[in-house]
Amino acid sequence: MFDFALLGSVMPSLVEGAWLTLKLTASVILLGTALAFPVALCRNSRFAGLRAAANAYVLFFRGTPSLVQLFLLYYGAGQFEAIRDSVLWPALRDPFWCVVIALGLNSAAYTGKTLAAALAAIPRGTREAAFVLGLARPHAFWLIDLPLAARAALPAFGNEIILTCKATSLASTVTLLELTGTARLLTSETYAPYEVFLGAGLVYLAINYLLLSGIRTLESSLNRPH
Amino acid sequence: MLHGFGGQLLLGALTTVQLAAASLALGTLLGALGCWLQLSGHGVLRAIGNGYAAVVRGVPDLLVVFAVFFGGALTLASLTGRYVEIDTFVAGVVALGLSFGAYAAEIARGALQSVARTQREAARMLGLSRAQALWTVVLPQAARVALAPFGNQSIVLLKQTSIVSIVGCDELMRKAAEASGATREPFTMYLAVACIYLALTGFATLCLEWAERRASRPMAR
Repeated sequence: MFDFALLGSVMPSLVEGAWLTLKLTASVILLGTALAFPVALCRNSRFAGLRAAANAYVLFFRGTPSLVQLFLLYYGAGQFEAIRDSVLWPALRDPFWCVVIALGLNSAAYTGKTLAAALAAIPRGTREAAFVLGLARPHAFWLIDLPLAARAALPAFGNEIILTCKATSLASTVTLLELTGTARLLTSETYAPYEVFLGAGLVYLAINYLLLSGIRTLESSLNRPH
Repeated sequence: MLHGFGGQLLLGALTTVQLAAASLALGTLLGALGCWLQLSGHGVLRAIGNGYAAVVRGVPDLLVVFAVFFGGALTLASLTGRYVEIDTFVAGVVALGLSFGAYAAEIARGALQSVARTQREAARMLGLSRAQALWTVVLPQAARVALAPFGNQSIVLLKQTSIVSIVGCDELMRKAAEASGATREPFTMYLAVACIYLALTGFATLCLEWAERRASRPMAR
């Protein structure tokens, strides 16, 4: 009933699909982390307006499904002529960039919240000590606050990478042939859902295992006493 | 503004809530089973429990939905000898329940293990049976620890119901796709649906916060 030869024959295509999964994951994490900094800084800002904007952003992206966010961008953006005529249109028509932007904005909300909490949890004393030692504010932020916060936020960040890798499967709904999309295509070609989905599952497990080991190594090297 | 599709969207929201509730019920059962397997004294049972939690948490929910939907159709076809149209609601509940169960098992195991061993020993010492000790001493304490992660995972489940629309289940997201096609205003429709999801998750979050406040009250004497 279970065809091992077939499982072996679909593996190369699945691994090829996994390459796109990895590319999407890396791009989303890169964009999400870059945007997480302004989100975190706004959330901890002295200005009520910035705080409210950041909170609304986080509320929207954490309170709605990623799939809605993706469809809002991929199908929704074309509703407006202004967007269709703008320079952004070539990117918004491309499913790859739609996925990266939608999931990146989503990831920024989660990472931004974690980072804001980590920055807020740094004891006042460290900042005062930096000030007394004569460090300027931006200097103290880069050299003292950020490394401390990054270390505290790392476990949650590792989790976010795994969640992002799994979330990139949504790219299959907008025609991209990443791992899940490839598996679905292969199922309709071979009529062998057991073998194909088992194969895809194994590749996902392997990817997540590797990502997790990488994060653990990073965590233990950062948590070494100085 | 919604071109008369408001009623359809609300109908979809009702299906979404039903989908989430049914998956939550099935997932909680599977979670209890998975936790029992993980804490079992038998090595093989433990391996099955740990394997279930690790495998399902390591793959995307969408892949689980596809596997249940297409795999289920093939299984039913080979069992009955003819092509069977698989019900997308049932397939969705099974897939989401399987996924939720894996997370619930981990949460339950962590919560049970957080209760100090001495609590159980003291209860046994006082003459309570094993079942009584578990039910009246360990579980109430574990439930407090499990409440927040369990609630958060339920909210994740509520949002994840949206992916069942991909195999054609007629819930909120699917209704939005239909309305988008009919009106050619996808942004309006998906934004309306986003607001409905926001209201649902917001309500769930408020309920969870209320429950957490209640659970963290000092114990009655």
